[in-house]
Amino acid sequence: MKTDVLIIGAGGAGLTAAIAAKKAGVDVVVLTKEYPTRSQTCMAQGGINAALGNVAADSIEDHIQNTLKSAHGLASEEAVRYMCSEAPATIAWLDSIGVCFSRTADAKITQRKLGGASAPRACYAQDYTGLKILHTLYEEALKHDVEMKNEKLLLEILTDENGVACGAVVMDIRSGSKESYFAKSVILATGGYSRIYDKNSTNSVKSTGDGIAVAARAGAKLLDMEFVQFHPTGLKNSSILISESARGEGGYLLNSKGERFTNELAPRDEVSRAIYAEMNKGEDIFLDIRHLGEAFIDEGLPQERKLAKLYENVDPVYDLIPIKPVAHYTMGGIEVDNNSQSSIEGLYACGECSNHRVHGANRLGGNSLLEIVVFGREAGENAAKRAQEIASHATASAKDDFLAQEFTQELDFYTLREELGNLLYAKVGIVRRESELQEALGFVKECQQNLTKMGTQESSLRYNTNLIEFLEFRNMLDASEAVITGALARKESVGAHFMAKE
Amino acid sequence: MKVTIQREYDFIEYDVDMQDATLLELLDKIKTQQDNTLAYSSGCRSSVCGSCAVRVNDKEVLACSYKVQEGDKIEPLKNMPLLRDLVVDMQKSLEANKRAKTWLSSYNSEAKLTHEDEKINELQSDCILCGSCYSACPVYAVNEEFLGPFALTGVWKYVSDKREGEPKEKIDTIQTNGVWDCTLCNECTVVCPQGISSKADIEKLRAKSSQFGYMDPNFGNFGGGFDSGFGFDGSPSF
Repeated sequence: MKTDVLIIGAGGAGLTAAIAAKKAGVDVVVLTKEYPTRSQTCMAQGGINAALGNVAADSIEDHIQNTLKSAHGLASEEAVRYMCSEAPATIAWLDSIGVCFSRTADAKITQRKLGGASAPRACYAQDYTGLKILHTLYEEALKHDVEMKNEKLLLEILTDENGVACGAVVMDIRSGSKESYFAKSVILATGGYSRIYDKNSTNSVKSTGDGIAVAARAGAKLLDMEFVQFHPTGLKNSSILISESARGEGGYLLNSKGERFTNELAPRDEVSRAIYAEMNKGEDIFLDIRHLGEAFIDEGLPQERKLAKLYENVDPVYDLIPIKPVAHYTMGGIEVDNNSQSSIEGLYACGECSNHRVHGANRLGGNSLLEIVVFGREAGENAAKRAQEIASHATASAKDDFLAQEFTQELDFYTLREELGNLLYAKVGIVRRESELQEALGFVKECQQNLTKMGTQESSLRYNTNLIEFLEFRNMLDASEAVITGALARKESVGAHFMAKE
Repeated sequence: MKVTIQREYDFIEYDVDMQDATLLELLDKIKTQQDNTLAYSSGCRSSVCGSCAVRVNDKEVLACSYKVQEGDKIEPLKNMPLLRDLVVDMQKSLEANKRAKTWLSSYNSEAKLTHEDEKINELQSDCILCGSCYSACPVYAVNEEFLGPFALTGVWKYVSDKREGEPKEKIDTIQTNGVWDCTLCNECTVVCPQGISSKADIEKLRAKSSQFGYMDPNFGNFGGGFDSGFGFDGSPSF
């Protein structure tokens, strides 16, 4: 099948790119391994930053400076300046397509303060900000008649004889057959890789870094993969997120002795390290919001009460909530230039799978939703422009014959996936040591070499989720390798990457 | 704990050593430790992505928020083509959104949304498109083209929004296979994990339709339509 712009991924970034490309007048096809409204974007709660000054004085310059500071010197000032300057118009656009932002009494979009911001800057829609933005983008894409094809897993980026991206090979999950799509521009918007930490992540089980791994295999450069943001308060057993607002509103962190041991409102990386140090002393860690009272909890943190009851069997009105820090957001990704183009010509990237150098070593709350819309549009417009300048399609054959190998099923990849997650959490997590990174790298390489000893027990190709999860595991191994080699190369502690002495 | 799951051709019983677990945790355990061939969908594990809706003992639930019980019978959603085991094809149900034009048609930039205005469609915009309401809706037994509960809730979301400059276009769109085909049975409301009542939204859309001059086509329509002027419960609808 041929189209002008092929977009892989239908979360906030992919849908924004699709709308932008379609408005630019080219044909667009969007492929997603789930359905558009099921992407990771729906899980974002806190808000989307823009210096509107609707609640208190604010300025774009302050937004820029806050973002640069949080990035620990590893962001591009030009990119940050662009993103923050575009933020007010981005919110106006989202409002114009119908996003149900929470409002002030005088009919303005209301704003709240998130960590690291010098003013209340995050626009929100209760604690469903990502969900409501994502669904509105989906509906806007329907309005523009964007063609969306569901349940297609990316297998390979196709490049022509000059190394220029010209399409992709996907697996249709329903039939199990491979399909080739040829395009003048290709955009990856496939999300982050937090699930390499398996159960030690807040993310959807589908955040397996597919686009990043596939792009890297096609030769695209990755950047800053070692920066993984750990959220201090995931539920202990399930890693389900308990929102930062629980601490923002006055919740305490306690150890087994009932002692507070850190400043709960310090940046995420510092709080996570403080918790991790206590855990290493053998302490269990709890979030205590009992003193906030039932009325406040039911009004302000209803989801959190529900999830704590469901997954930990505790009622936060009366009980302590067992927590641990877990992988939440991945700052690293496919390196892109000012046009959102990767190191492969014709291949663009946006959203969490890309690295636009706006988060550096530590992402500021409220900037991820902003990034996906600002750079999603950039990627869509630039990819459309390129498609309009190209006369005809190039074609190429698939080179990745991974599935053509013989798989012996001596090893169970589900067991190894769990081992990988726990190993990365322990050795490539909040605090890192060179010897432990080497150990984890050894495990990853061994798994990569042993892939043919794995494979699937299920032979039918039709809706074979066993096979899909095996292909995702391969991608997770490649993403893990990039995280660990990045961590080994960066000797100094910075932001989310913290090296301890041996 | 023993549960039965509808597989391709039959129900299969699984015995899983688990206490106090969500249905999704149980499915994950079966998938990774007992039977790799089981197919189901999941994503966020926290009730916001809508992937894992299934039916347990004939009622729609999200697997990630339902505590599994001894003897539970687990089946896929209804009214949608079965792809495999617990996975259904949501394509057609989602296309109802496009047919119903659930989007902002024309932005009225003069509209000033207040805090009170925000509350008017806050609940409707909580929809996660899990498909539970679509599965529970009995109208599909007689009319496959019915726009259905979540799409009509989506229409009300925009019709009730002051930013929508052309609410009449929305109302025009839902006259056929839309608001009048609903039997107001309330099954959609009972199963919605987000507490949304599409039935109530459809009633509001009917009132709005009347304001725009539309009438209930079943009204006074003796001899026409499948129910000859009588509702599902046998009572006259006039």
